[in-house]
Amino acid sequence: MSVQNVSITYRTTFEAAPTLKSTIVRLGRGERQVKVVDAIKDMSFDIKPGTSVGIIGANGAGKSTLMRALAGVLPPSQGRIEVRGRISALLALGVGFNPNLTGRENVILGGLAAGLSRSQVNERAAEVAEFAEIGDFMDMPMRTYSSGMYQRLAFSVSVHMDPDILLVDEALSAGDASFKVKATAKMAELMEDARAMFLVSHSLGSIREMCNEVLWIHKGKLIMQGSPRRAIRAYTNFLKVGENAYTFEDL
Amino acid sequence: MASVTATTAPADELHVYEPHKAGLPKLGPYFRQLWSRRQFAAEFSRAGIRAANTQTLFGQLWLVLNPTLLALVYYVLVSVLRRNAGGIETLAHITCGLFLFYFVSGSISQGAQSVTGGGKLIMNMNFPRLLLPFAAVRTAFFRFLPTLPVYFLIHILAGGVWSPQMLLAVVFLGLTVIFCIGMAAIFATVQVYFRDTSSFLPYLLRIWLYLSPVLWFADEAPEQFKDLMVLNPLYSLIGSWTDLLLRGIIPEPKMWFAALAWAVVAFVGGSLLFMSREREFTVRL
Repeated sequence: MSVQNVSITYRTTFEAAPTLKSTIVRLGRGERQVKVVDAIKDMSFDIKPGTSVGIIGANGAGKSTLMRALAGVLPPSQGRIEVRGRISALLALGVGFNPNLTGRENVILGGLAAGLSRSQVNERAAEVAEFAEIGDFMDMPMRTYSSGMYQRLAFSVSVHMDPDILLVDEALSAGDASFKVKATAKMAELMEDARAMFLVSHSLGSIREMCNEVLWIHKGKLIMQGSPRRAIRAYTNFLKVGENAYTFEDL
Repeated sequence: MASVTATTAPADELHVYEPHKAGLPKLGPYFRQLWSRRQFAAEFSRAGIRAANTQTLFGQLWLVLNPTLLALVYYVLVSVLRRNAGGIETLAHITCGLFLFYFVSGSISQGAQSVTGGGKLIMNMNFPRLLLPFAAVRTAFFRFLPTLPVYFLIHILAGGVWSPQMLLAVVFLGLTVIFCIGMAAIFATVQVYFRDTSSFLPYLLRIWLYLSPVLWFADEAPEQFKDLMVLNPLYSLIGSWTDLLLRGIIPEPKMWFAALAWAVVAFVGGSLLFMSREREFTVRL
């Protein structure tokens, strides 16, 4: 995977619900609500296959935008991103599009959207259900799910789509302690097949545990690319909070 | 994920993400991907239809009941306004046009919701978003199909004509489908920027219904507006459909031309508008 001089800007609105009425009112006052966000500024890096990359940075650093760009969901405004292999991303929690559909139907739809064939998807659906430990709920409408089931299913889908590159945004908070252990083990297993993984997390503990390379980004710029130990130390120094148990849990 | 063809081995897949030129993604790969994911659009729409009526008493029967009841309502309305009901022929006329209009309005209102309703999917996955309005039109079409037998039943009861010309109506049905895809794409885009679009839609569609030859025949258009009528895409589309199917009359060449032109304009314009805004959907949802 190679990222060359990538910049990402997008225009967005900060209204909770953009409506025609509010647009007209604004035009009348001559205001513009649209803001241009420079989320990523001229970033370049290369990642070798088999690397597990942790991305750290303060809130609003551009971590999620970078992940979206790597997943191809948000194409860059400048520069070029090259990715080799099948990508599976878990950026926004939830596989669900339609809460009235069963878990299985939602999983199948997700797989088809990802470009898998029908038979491949049917095969995976069983594995997904088993891993997510949702049992009979697989064939129940998703509106009947607990939030834990929802998250477990989402995670399970993303790791069972046979990814070469797995992108996970803050998903390890999903589920209870035992599922967390299982999820970590599954990710480690994926890593053994020389696949790449990107993990965004505020929990420096899980980054240190699971990653062998860390990207620290701040305000859209890559500050440091290096070993987890060095990058995390630099980052915590920068934040002037020091490494203690609290930051490792949640920062 | 963005497999160029379904058969490529995953390890060889190379994805290059580059800025869109002139706001549009590269059309070749885009449409190839669109085609390779068509199963998704089909399944998306199938599952949506299954889920929609699971909680109602009559279930899928509503697909037929709904437009039929609506046709009866308009039949009553027309009888009251014209003071002479005109019997079952009028009902046949209304159902013929109304069922097709119902397909158009279904495509538009489903299409408007298609992108805003697909939130999580759009956030997580890279796929041609145009699949969503396509799926919406497919849904509307499969809701339209079961109403056709109802129409033919009323056609028989009304003692309507049967002629080989009726088969030509399929051409206008096809053009209507293409037109609907374009409209669904346009309203899907607009809905992302103005979330109150779907609240305006019922009124917009109601007015459009009265301006279209559903409750009246295409050749009954008021004299002073006759030249302006081609500006309404549904004038040529629904008007010709009704003429062929109900009366076995072959429409004038200008109707064929207008219908074709509207279908192409809506489809090309709608898809281009949608694709040029597609990148922003991720950050606007």
